[in-house]
Amino acid sequence: MNFPIMPQTASNYAVSIDDIYFTLVALTVIFTGIVTLMLLVFAVRYRRGTKVSRKNPSTGNLYMELTWSIIPMLLGLWIYGWSAIPYSRIYGDPPANASEIFLIGKRWMWHFQHVNSGIRENNELHIPVGKAVKVTMISQDVIHGFYVPAFRLKRDCLPGRYNTVWFRPNKIGKYYLFCSEYCGTNHSEMGGYVYVMSPQDYAQWKSNGGSQTLKETETTTEIGHDLFEKYGCAQCHGAQDNVHGPSMNGLFGTTVTLANGQSATVDDNFLRTAIINPQAQRIAGWPAIMSGFPVGSGDGQISEENLLDLISYIKSLGNSQHAAPVVGNNSTSTVALKPLASKPAVNHSSSLATKGQSR
Amino acid sequence: MSSIPLNPGALGSDGRARARENYLNIKHTVSSWLLTADHKRIAVLYMISISVMFLFGGLAAAGIRIALVRPHDTFFSSETYNKLFSAHGIIMVFFFLVPSIPATLGNFLLPIMIGARDLAFPRLNLLSWYLFMFGAVLVMGAIMFGGIDTGWTFYEPYSSVYANTNVVAVIVGVFIAGFSSIATGINFLVTVHKMRAPGLTWFRLPLFVWAMYATSIIIVLGTPVVAITLLMVVLERVFGVCVFNPACGGDPILFEHLFWFYSHPAVYIMILPSMGIISEVIACFARKRIFGYEFVAFSSMAIALLGFLVWGHHMFVTGESMYSGMVFSLITFLIAVPSAIKVFNWSATLYKGNVWLTAPLVFAIGFILLFTIGGLTGLYLASLAVDVHLNMTYFVVAHFHYVMVGGAIFGYMAGLHFWWPKITGRMYPEGWAMLSAFILFIGFNLTFFPQFILGFDGMPRRYHFYPPEFQMWNILSTAGSSVLAVGMLIPAFYFLWSLKYGDIAPANPWGAKGLEWTIPSPPPSFNFETVPIVTEEAYAYEAIYAAELAGDYSHVEASIPYNQEYVEKPQSNISNEEHQ
Amino acid sequence: MSLELQHPAVAPQRLSHQFEQIDQQNEIYIVGMWTFLVTEIMFFGALFVALTVYRSVYPDAFEQAHTALNVWLGLTNTFILLTSSFTAAMAVRSKMLGERTRTLFFLAITIMCAFGFLCVKYVEYSAEFREHHFPGPNFHWEQPVTASAVQGDLSANSQVALGSPKISVNEFPANYQPQQLALHKRELFFSLYFVMTGLHGFHVIIGIFVLGTLWLLIYFRHPTVDDYMPVELAGLYWHFVDIVWIFLYPLVYLIGKQ
Repeated sequence: MNFPIMPQTASNYAVSIDDIYFTLVALTVIFTGIVTLMLLVFAVRYRRGTKVSRKNPSTGNLYMELTWSIIPMLLGLWIYGWSAIPYSRIYGDPPANASEIFLIGKRWMWHFQHVNSGIRENNELHIPVGKAVKVTMISQDVIHGFYVPAFRLKRDCLPGRYNTVWFRPNKIGKYYLFCSEYCGTNHSEMGGYVYVMSPQDYAQWKSNGGSQTLKETETTTEIGHDLFEKYGCAQCHGAQDNVHGPSMNGLFGTTVTLANGQSATVDDNFLRTAIINPQAQRIAGWPAIMSGFPVGSGDGQISEENLLDLISYIKSLGNSQHAAPVVGNNSTSTVALKPLASKPAVNHSSSLATKGQSR
Repeated sequence: MSSIPLNPGALGSDGRARARENYLNIKHTVSSWLLTADHKRIAVLYMISISVMFLFGGLAAAGIRIALVRPHDTFFSSETYNKLFSAHGIIMVFFFLVPSIPATLGNFLLPIMIGARDLAFPRLNLLSWYLFMFGAVLVMGAIMFGGIDTGWTFYEPYSSVYANTNVVAVIVGVFIAGFSSIATGINFLVTVHKMRAPGLTWFRLPLFVWAMYATSIIIVLGTPVVAITLLMVVLERVFGVCVFNPACGGDPILFEHLFWFYSHPAVYIMILPSMGIISEVIACFARKRIFGYEFVAFSSMAIALLGFLVWGHHMFVTGESMYSGMVFSLITFLIAVPSAIKVFNWSATLYKGNVWLTAPLVFAIGFILLFTIGGLTGLYLASLAVDVHLNMTYFVVAHFHYVMVGGAIFGYMAGLHFWWPKITGRMYPEGWAMLSAFILFIGFNLTFFPQFILGFDGMPRRYHFYPPEFQMWNILSTAGSSVLAVGMLIPAFYFLWSLKYGDIAPANPWGAKGLEWTIPSPPPSFNFETVPIVTEEAYAYEAIYAAELAGDYSHVEASIPYNQEYVEKPQSNISNEEHQ
Repeated sequence: MSLELQHPAVAPQRLSHQFEQIDQQNEIYIVGMWTFLVTEIMFFGALFVALTVYRSVYPDAFEQAHTALNVWLGLTNTFILLTSSFTAAMAVRSKMLGERTRTLFFLAITIMCAFGFLCVKYVEYSAEFREHHFPGPNFHWEQPVTASAVQGDLSANSQVALGSPKISVNEFPANYQPQQLALHKRELFFSLYFVMTGLHGFHVIIGIFVLGTLWLLIYFRHPTVDDYMPVELAGLYWHFVDIVWIFLYPLVYLIGKQ
């Protein structure tokens, strides 16, 4: 016999949301109690034939109406303001040091990519306790919902658009991960676990390349770099601006003026659109010559996964003009463990530049 | 009673005469029913139709509860389970709750309450029933032969690209039923505006009429939007046009916006008529004018209008702008105020009344209690941060069942019992009705209260399989649902029984005010022999109240055992003077 | 209306059982029709909202796609509908005055205008079908959907650049569809175009049936049309159909980029 009345609390939001929740529970009990009491007492006390005082029966009273309009309204506004604060945090900007995770929802599984370590896992997410995590998510097919009750956290995972959410797990444990938006036959089986680990365990897990999961040897940034070359991006978007297109070095995070006169910040969604449909937001001053890469698995198309890889690489090119892209930004020991360690950890921006120029 | 000014010629002294011609016995052929333009007969047709649909929806619900007894159910496949909850939602929302009170009690009572012989457009009214039936048959056919697994929300792009079930047939059925509801809405709006009896000013209208008026506004403004939205889903499926499909740059969130622009107000289509019924029942059995009439009337209108500005609260977690979320949340909190006004006014009406505890009143009190819980839990979901956790969980399921079942269906039951004598000319058995009210109340709470807790625990809705620690709550809920089912079956039996064996109903069994009680039960075909002239406001119970306190219950025409003890045991004049 | 009711030539009107007076009945019909038109406005309103939203999200694609529509045929249709609205109003007036022949004449002109509208629409649609502008698997955008074409500033320079091996379009096989997504956004425009004009066209067809029935009833002096009210109601409906087009035409055919 197990009657759980609340989920575990394991994130920075959990307590503040629970506070509002239990305040609402208290208000519900009070108001329902008042109404129940009024109804039952009046119905019984003034039932037919009882000899109680019925002097001056009232059929309306402005002050009473105002009382029971204004008091609930003020209470409501209080709860409203209170609950807007955590909401603006959950969907607001994450802390600068948040570690990034890409999440792809597809029927019926969750695919996570750790941006820094390159580890990929399905239906499981391993994160260290106490460290902010930012999840950028997209769906390959229908709408899904990323939901971890213990974190009091939910975000719809939409096709065609990135949604982000961030949180800081604060308790070690294993927590349910659900899909909250109905997505078809096996909707209820689209889930798994989030493992919040102690820093030591996490470091070990990471150095094992992610214990029991798919072993990915390259970081997303490294894969992104390869794709950058494979798709021929480097030819126009090399280390320096050339006549065809702007360099990606130092582009991320800056504000650019578009050909249509608007200005835009180069963020994940901007880059996504720029890759899929460059003309939608061409930066002013460059010719309109780039063909986009539609999302898909065919030739000349790019998968959602690879899009994320590419964006991750472009991000790593930083937002300072001369910053060398840090491809293997793990510790050296991690690099050494890789089978592909033979690949020289070169400064990719310079190699890109030479390739781009030499053709 | 002596002060009733309404058309004395139509007063029902002959109400007990069986031979009297009424809308039921005027003709007996099948075609006289199927081709009728009489709003009362159409109401009866609707009542039969939605009862059948309710039975189908209830069976699907039973399937859902059976599946959820075990965390890893093997009784149904996941496909079947998904089809069950989709069928339950679609049937209950579009074919029971939306037409329930407006098309049955509203159709029957609205013209009579305002002193008209019929609705403004009687043939449109019949057309509306045929459209409803056509849609219902289409949807039931699609559900029986293949089913649909999109849920009642038809979210894109699942419904247009990925679902392999009978989406097109079901949407076309819902689309057609939507026009039936639009026809009803137009009819009611015009009727209330233009056909009120002389002297029946807006502020003399019964609150049920106000509620139907507010409901009709929502129907007329909202239904076309969802109709065209669903039509576009069909066009996407059939012709491959691109409107919401993200694969061609469409925005599935736009679908959600358009869908909820109707479907949130649709919740008020379901609850406002119930609120109207409760106002009637409470005022009648408290023998008092409703407390704060204007506030109750205007709160209906406020709910109808504000209801159109809150649809975004279904989408706090979809990625709509944080600021639009804040605006929608704020308006949602404001819409709680008119609901609170109603609840407090109903409670205050009982104060110092001469309360006659009958089955309709017990249902009405049940409604107020359950609606209070349902309404207050709505605020949890309106609270932005709390909604991030509770959205799309069983908390939502519990909340809207408290509003729609605890609210709409308890209201419907209250109204059905209250006006059953008027509609059928027979009394229902009071004892059985009381029993079913209590069984329903207990069964309902047992079914849906555990779901609040399940939701806070984090169990998502539309889940066939769930983590084992949620099992005990689910078992409790399933156990409750069987009690609920018993509570639903008892009225089905005694209502049918009463048609033949019930006591013959007088014109005004409850001693109630209102034009519908001035004509015989069941009413004649054209309702009023002469157009009544209204000289007093609704709920002018002062005379009745005074008479009852003086021990005079002669205005109550209810037959044994309704009135026996009071008629035979009038109170002494001494106690009455004392308390006057 | 009240002015016309005093006219001696007004035909006797039939009073339905649920009404008390003929004035009440007529007023109710008018109010009912207006309420119905409100639902129609909401019906089209959802589509206008969708159009507005997508236009603001994809201004370039919509701007380019709308150039494929034939502005002049659209303009012709606008004039046809405006004329028909005028003749519909004249028909109502003639009917009120009891002038049967003039009523028949104006109704006939209105119906012919409606047919004319559909014919022009047919010419437009068939051209669009020929060019595969109907959304769906066969949708095709015959103008080169290259980046340059999108911008409309196709310079020789960029054309060369595009053809040069540097841009390496030839890295991709022949079935590579450049700008597939941009194509889809044009498809989105045409989807809305076809849904909206199609729905409007459907209303025109219903209008033809209604007006045609009225014409026949009046021609055969059927008693239901002794009263002017049916013509008045049909006229209201026809004006609504006209007004929808008055909004559709500029929003779909005319407005380019903001």
